Amino acid sequence: MRARVLVRPKADILDPQGQAVERALPALGFDGVRNVHVGRLIELDVEDPSRLPEMCERLLTNPLIEDYEVVTEAEPERL
Amino acid sequence: MIGVVRFPGSCDEVDALKAASLVDDARILWHQETDLNGVDAVIVPGGFSYGDYLRVGAIARFSPIMGAVIELARGGGPVLGICNGFQVLCEAGLLPGALLPNQSLRFVCRQVEVEVVDAGTPFTRACEEGERLSIPVKHTSGCWFAPAEQRDRVRVVLRYAPGHNPNGSVRDVAGVCNETGNVFGLMPHPEHAVDALEGSTDGRKLFSSLASVSV
Repeated sequence: MRARVLVRPKADILDPQGQAVERALPALGFDGVRNVHVGRLIELDVEDPSRLPEMCERLLTNPLIEDYEVVTEAEPERL
Repeated sequence: MIGVVRFPGSCDEVDALKAASLVDDARILWHQETDLNGVDAVIVPGGFSYGDYLRVGAIARFSPIMGAVIELARGGGPVLGICNGFQVLCEAGLLPGALLPNQSLRFVCRQVEVEVVDAGTPFTRACEEGERLSIPVKHTSGCWFAPAEQRDRVRVVLRYAPGHNPNGSVRDVAGVCNETGNVFGLMPHPEHAVDALEGSTDGRKLFSSLASVSV
């Protein structure tokens, strides 16, 4: 099954990448942009999607500093 | 005998080996070994293990040698993580917190002063509390972080002296240990401060502390 894992820095974590992008956009004339956060997208084919949360907790993310969201073919409109 | 782990992508293992050799017998441990073969203290050195893919230290934490290192640590054996090694030990759950990208997003390479907060660990017993050490840092992801509710419980061993925090780490933390004190990780590189030619020999104190427990 095709799956997508969206990884985001936790809300209370300093996100210097997001801040740098937020500062760079106005320099190119894109005003009115706020709350920029930079995360990571992991795409994978899995035989047993029920194991995805465990994969996320143990390797794909560091739960101390990152939140994640799993999207699978069960919600094709989001994939 | 002190063992220094070599992962694909390690780059400071030779300096760490030389520094360890000043105070004890030392040898390299290849990442695919599964047994420590008589090594009674381990250094996880700096570098870019497994390319630091995914997150710093995330892949190295599952390498074969780490099983033996985790076993040594759980049995009370001394384990020292330097820079990337610190990141690996955090990912392995042996040390509290995580290392985030530097606040500046820039690679920093400079000599910094750190203060010894806890001289009661096997790694700092040759130091005095409050003593300042001059040791270089060189990293891109050295901003130590722990969730607010955990911070008060963390045993901080080294702090950057006022004005010396190179990465924005929480509470100026430069190095922490586990509750029992036998696992210690730090971002500065003591192995690059063991010879007068390097400008400082303060790093030697951490290695000589380690030697006295690994015999």
